[in-house]
Amino acid sequence: MGGLTPKYVLRRVGMWLLTIWLGATIIFVIPRLAPGDPVAAMVSRLTAQSGYVENSAQMIEAWRARFGLDGPWYVQYYNYLRSVLTLDLGFSLASFPSRVDEMIAQALPWTLGLLTIAVIISFFVGNLVGALMAWRRTPGWIRAFLPATLTFTSIPFFMLGILLIYLFAFGLRWFPPSGAYGRGLEIGFNWPFIKSVIYYGTLPAISIVVTSMGFWALGMRGMMITNDGEDYMILAEAKGLAPQRVFWSYGVRNSILPQVTALALSLGGIAGGSTLVEYIFAYPGMGYLLYLGIVNTDYTLIQGIVFILIAGTSTAVLLLDLLYPLIDPRITYSKG
Amino acid sequence: MTVSATHTVGDLESSAKNRNVVLDIRNLKVYYATPTGNVRAVDDVSFQVYESEIIGLVGESGCGKTTTAMAILRLVQPPGRITGGQILLDGTDLASLHGQALRDVRWNQMALIPQGAMNSLNPVMKINRQIADAIEAHEGRQPAKELKERIINLLATVGLPSRVYGMYPHELSGGMKQRACIAMAIALHPSLVIADEPTSALDVVVQRVVGETLLDVKERLGVSMIVIGHDMGLMAQLVDRLAVMYAGRMVEIAPVETVFHEPLHPYTQLLIESIPSIKQRKPLKLTEGLTHDLRNPPPGCIFQLRCPHVTDICREVNPPLRELRSRHFVACHLYE
Ligand SMILES: Nc1ncnc2c1ncn2[C@@H]1O[C@H](COP(=O)(O)OP(=O)(O)OP(=O)(O)O)[C@@H](O)[C@H]1O
Ligand SMILES: [Mg+2]
Repeated sequence: MGGLTPKYVLRRVGMWLLTIWLGATIIFVIPRLAPGDPVAAMVSRLTAQSGYVENSAQMIEAWRARFGLDGPWYVQYYNYLRSVLTLDLGFSLASFPSRVDEMIAQALPWTLGLLTIAVIISFFVGNLVGALMAWRRTPGWIRAFLPATLTFTSIPFFMLGILLIYLFAFGLRWFPPSGAYGRGLEIGFNWPFIKSVIYYGTLPAISIVVTSMGFWALGMRGMMITNDGEDYMILAEAKGLAPQRVFWSYGVRNSILPQVTALALSLGGIAGGSTLVEYIFAYPGMGYLLYLGIVNTDYTLIQGIVFILIAGTSTAVLLLDLLYPLIDPRITYSKG
Repeated sequence: MTVSATHTVGDLESSAKNRNVVLDIRNLKVYYATPTGNVRAVDDVSFQVYESEIIGLVGESGCGKTTTAMAILRLVQPPGRITGGQILLDGTDLASLHGQALRDVRWNQMALIPQGAMNSLNPVMKINRQIADAIEAHEGRQPAKELKERIINLLATVGLPSRVYGMYPHELSGGMKQRACIAMAIALHPSLVIADEPTSALDVVVQRVVGETLLDVKERLGVSMIVIGHDMGLMAQLVDRLAVMYAGRMVEIAPVETVFHEPLHPYTQLLIESIPSIKQRKPLKLTEGLTHDLRNPPPGCIFQLRCPHVTDICREVNPPLRELRSRHFVACHLYE
């Protein structure tokens, strides 16, 4: 067993920086591949949309100055990279003079809060359901009711969302149909606000958990069944271990390994938000912001969100690379 | 490592006579249910294992050796099922045990060194934990210091250095893994150890070392062993008596020297003749495998389709296993 060597960490961090740099570069290059001046093109598109844009000359001026578009490409590129490094993502095209970084900073906590909790609940419940479905000793009554928990997986996300709103918001009036917290509350770390956030977040979270649980459950079930044929499972039983011990330490412990990789990737993708769920529940997160960006052809906003998504995913992969050897001793820090 | 002295035939005969029977198998039947009928993997098999003897179980691939071993451990995997017979271990019928009573007998009284020990260790658990698991499942939680000492002693017994204690299975060579399995098998001083092809997939030198480890362990602890294998050379080195299986039935049981020098059953004769020799190239007598379907054995003797001495009675009556000479059992009509 090699420990976490400085060389390994350096290499992984290097890979991480490389990914983010590549992502940022692609975001830089794509608008410039479009024919003509990107800023003029965007502004004229805006003009075409709304007939007249206030301060359009000033806006073109501001953008020119902002990106130094008159300068040669390497100066532009240098300035761009420097601002990205300081998380300065520029102005929003659609809601100028709002800044993209500020808009994202407002939306990100909502998405992170809602989706992290929902994904983690879904991961644990889904894997448990899958493992119990595959286990030979699962009591009959549990076995009979498990598949029912997965029927919702086949319902599309947004359908379930609409169904939940109809039933629990308009019908039973248990939960609010949209938003993230009650009006007139002071945003901050106080109990009425937290309570309200949980209250507003319940329906969106349920729709995510219920529809994504099946993904984990089916994967886990398959892994458990494959794992059950392994010799060490037979030997564990031959040792006379308690069934629970065999289930957790020999069955689940080995079957969960590939699931953890998938979990890291989906946690990384969280930064992009869940557009459909957030749209349906008018939840002010990244997904809703992305929706607004697309509807308003707000390129700078979309670019900013894509950059955050790339950064989030590559950070998750970095953390996975650093932590995975802890859960699977066969992956050593020295190799790969 | 000590190499035990080889026994003389006379020595064996006199000592085995008065020994206690540890395992008494009577009319054991194990069938695998398939859509096209039952596969009679073990069909009416009876034999005894005496105190501190090693009995070898040989026969071609698919003749039911592993199934017999798994039946003794009550670990026959579905769709297999013990459909008849008794398995008396120290007087208790294992075939009638269930749940906790069965788990108590496992490893305490009988342990397994599985076929393909390569994959028999849990890949994400250190060796010490896997051995400790077996100990604590039966003796409850142990003081850490004594447990460690005990495990290191066990490892030393099979010739493994104490650094193996904190290692993961993938850090061990094939031979070391196999010896770790032997250490685990003797952790609770069982009266019976079943080793299923303990040396297959190992190189010849390591095969010898593992074989000697088994002998050494038997000498020191006085456990009885059933050793399953194809390698007649290893059998000659290791076992006291040899049991020959063919197509789910026991065809001959005798002291190992007798089997090598005067095999009585035509199948055993072919088996002995086809042992390759470096000094002399022989044509292979046994050219093909099973000639009948195990789902549909012909009436009469199981070996009739390949037997060079087949007569009419062989096609009608199944010859019972009889003690033809002292301690030499054969199931064949030739000797009536
Ligand atoms: N799950 C199963 N379903 C149907 N038949 C099976 C199953 N498992 C084993 N068998 C049959 O039972 C018979 C005995 O198998 P077993 O594994 O005991 O043989 P073996 O003597 O250990 O062979 P080997 O030397 O190759 O390990 C074989 O003919 C095999 O085809
Ligand atoms: Mg076998």
